[in-house]
Amino acid sequence: MNAQPIHFKPSEGFRGRAKAVVDNPFLRQSFRGAMDFLMTKRAAQFPDAEELDSLRTLGEHIRQYNLGKLPDLLVQLEENLARNGIHVHWAETPDEANAIILGICQKHSAKLMVKGKSMVSEEIELNHAAEAAGIGALESDMGEYIVQLAGEKPSHIIMPAIHKTKEEIATLFHEKVPGVDYTDNVDALIQIGRRVLRQKFLEADIGLSGVNFAVAETGTLCLVENEGNGRMCTTAPPVHVAITGIEKIVEKLEHVPPLLSLLTRSATGQNISTYFNMISGPRKPHEKDGPQEVHLVLLDNGRSQAYADDQLRKTLQCIRCGACMNHCPVYTRIGGHAYGTTYPGPIGKIISPHMLGLEATATMATASSLCGACGEVCPVRIPIPELLMRLREESFSAPHENPAMRGQGAGYKPWVTAIWRGWAAVYRSPSLYRLATWLGSRFAWLMPSNQGPWTTVRVPLKPAPKRLRDMLKERG
Amino acid sequence: MSARDRILAKLRNAMPAENRPAPDVAGWFAGHRPVEGKAEKAARFRHFIELAHAEVHAVSSANWVQKLWEVLAAREIRRLLLAPGTEHGARAMNQLSQSGIECRAYDRAIEQWKEEMFHYIPAGFTAARAAVAETGTLILWPDDHEPRLMSLVPPVHVVLLDSTRIYNTFFEATQQEGWKDGLPTNALLVSGPSKTADIQVTLAYGAHGPKELVVLLMGEDA
Repeated sequence: MNAQPIHFKPSEGFRGRAKAVVDNPFLRQSFRGAMDFLMTKRAAQFPDAEELDSLRTLGEHIRQYNLGKLPDLLVQLEENLARNGIHVHWAETPDEANAIILGICQKHSAKLMVKGKSMVSEEIELNHAAEAAGIGALESDMGEYIVQLAGEKPSHIIMPAIHKTKEEIATLFHEKVPGVDYTDNVDALIQIGRRVLRQKFLEADIGLSGVNFAVAETGTLCLVENEGNGRMCTTAPPVHVAITGIEKIVEKLEHVPPLLSLLTRSATGQNISTYFNMISGPRKPHEKDGPQEVHLVLLDNGRSQAYADDQLRKTLQCIRCGACMNHCPVYTRIGGHAYGTTYPGPIGKIISPHMLGLEATATMATASSLCGACGEVCPVRIPIPELLMRLREESFSAPHENPAMRGQGAGYKPWVTAIWRGWAAVYRSPSLYRLATWLGSRFAWLMPSNQGPWTTVRVPLKPAPKRLRDMLKERG
Repeated sequence: MSARDRILAKLRNAMPAENRPAPDVAGWFAGHRPVEGKAEKAARFRHFIELAHAEVHAVSSANWVQKLWEVLAAREIRRLLLAPGTEHGARAMNQLSQSGIECRAYDRAIEQWKEEMFHYIPAGFTAARAAVAETGTLILWPDDHEPRLMSLVPPVHVVLLDSTRIYNTFFEATQQEGWKDGLPTNALLVSGPSKTADIQVTLAYGAHGPKELVVLLMGEDA
């Protein structure tokens, strides 16, 4: 395995990483092809516009209702999980979450942890923490397994290895998996993964998973997947550890079917995933399999900051389907790695600032054309474009007291604000406007030919030699 | 103060003053999902699970063991994991043993036979508790007789489904069976064989769970 840490990359490198992808025709083609495929499949799942519309409204309502009583639901969930025999842990930070999970591993003298797909475990960089503690952490979702073998991070929250061609994966398997000959046959590659990982499911001491929905009234953890690795991780090893953000909770079991339908149809265009796994406890004394111990780690990591603001709270409605990135013209062109954060694309741009602070993410919200596609497809109606505007405001306005967000004003530059103030003044006063355009037409020759980012792909801006008002005057 | 108390305190201080009323989930389903008769539900179930690559055979209470034998014979499978403690498992064991199939029971804790389970069991046979027409979905409630791994580890999973046990929707199943008042340690929805599209969005079956899912759909008086 790859022992080197894979750290969050700073947001400053965004332009360079984005340009590298835009200049790479193979990556462009991979993302374009995959996003077109996912968009088409999603559209085919929603032939009835009224049904889609009303189901999205219901989904939004369910998520907002549950967020509206989140602290009560967390307590109810904890009680019911405990009654079912599931241990509940709370973590404010990624470090706390890692310490809890590694503590469980050490208590069981665990050597190997197999992991089902969990973006929250990526968020806390559990693999690195585990390796540093001498515990093997092996990804078992095929896409995650490929990405881990390559020493990379997922480039899409649903399809982690979408940036790789089958030829690259063939080479990777040939080089990294002992005894494997080169083959770029997709079925053969999947069977290689199956064979390697099957042995690991058998040997593993700990199984780790994420959670798609946690049901408070029954004390149930729900997982959505297609491969069966999620079921393996939560069933075969003697201990199961689940980790989730504090927001993924619903009060009632009846809230699950509509959200499940929205999730699988929006994410991959499936009417339902192959498996929907509902876990309500460890093995009972008379049962013959299932883990002897089940744990749930509830992670905050900035979510409570988003929760504290009526507008930003809507960020937490997310059910992590990835439809916003599939439909994003920016994501499709630059891929998931350019963002440098665990969650890429539109959802990444609105959730990451709460996790990492605006100091590290100030420019993320500007990587958007505000076309609105993300908001239009969101199954729970998160107003993503509005939130992007809000985050721009939080990043670039002058620092003030009691900010709603950590790092507020991180992108503030007094001279930029001064220029915009001047611009606004010119447009408010007719005499100033006339003076400014007169100066512009006289001194157009002073405009530099290099105008920064503008001229990297465009001709320089230059005021016209005659103003419109002068031309109209000449006409009489 | 613990992490728990700090998180809860932060959330409690920030709770919206007034919450929205509870959503009307039942009302949405009543307005947007058909309530169908038995034959329509069975046809819809079959259509969707076949789309997901499952193999479906219409059988009767008289001939399903014969069909089970044919399914195994077509794959040259000579070993089958089943549950002799159930009526269907006992009946299958009775007849298949006479036809040269070695029937294996899940008769001990998994720790005592994990290697064998993972490497030497080519097929498992269980019943489904019920099914869902809307999405072509089997509902499994693993228990002492048919534990969780029985429907997951063997490469071929054969499922017996009583066609009168098909619900219109998952929502209807949870409501009519009162799931909120008594879930098992593990409840499963299964909608086809294991699959993945993680390599270049190319669909491949048999990722980590069963490579093949075979449904014996038992009609009322077929």
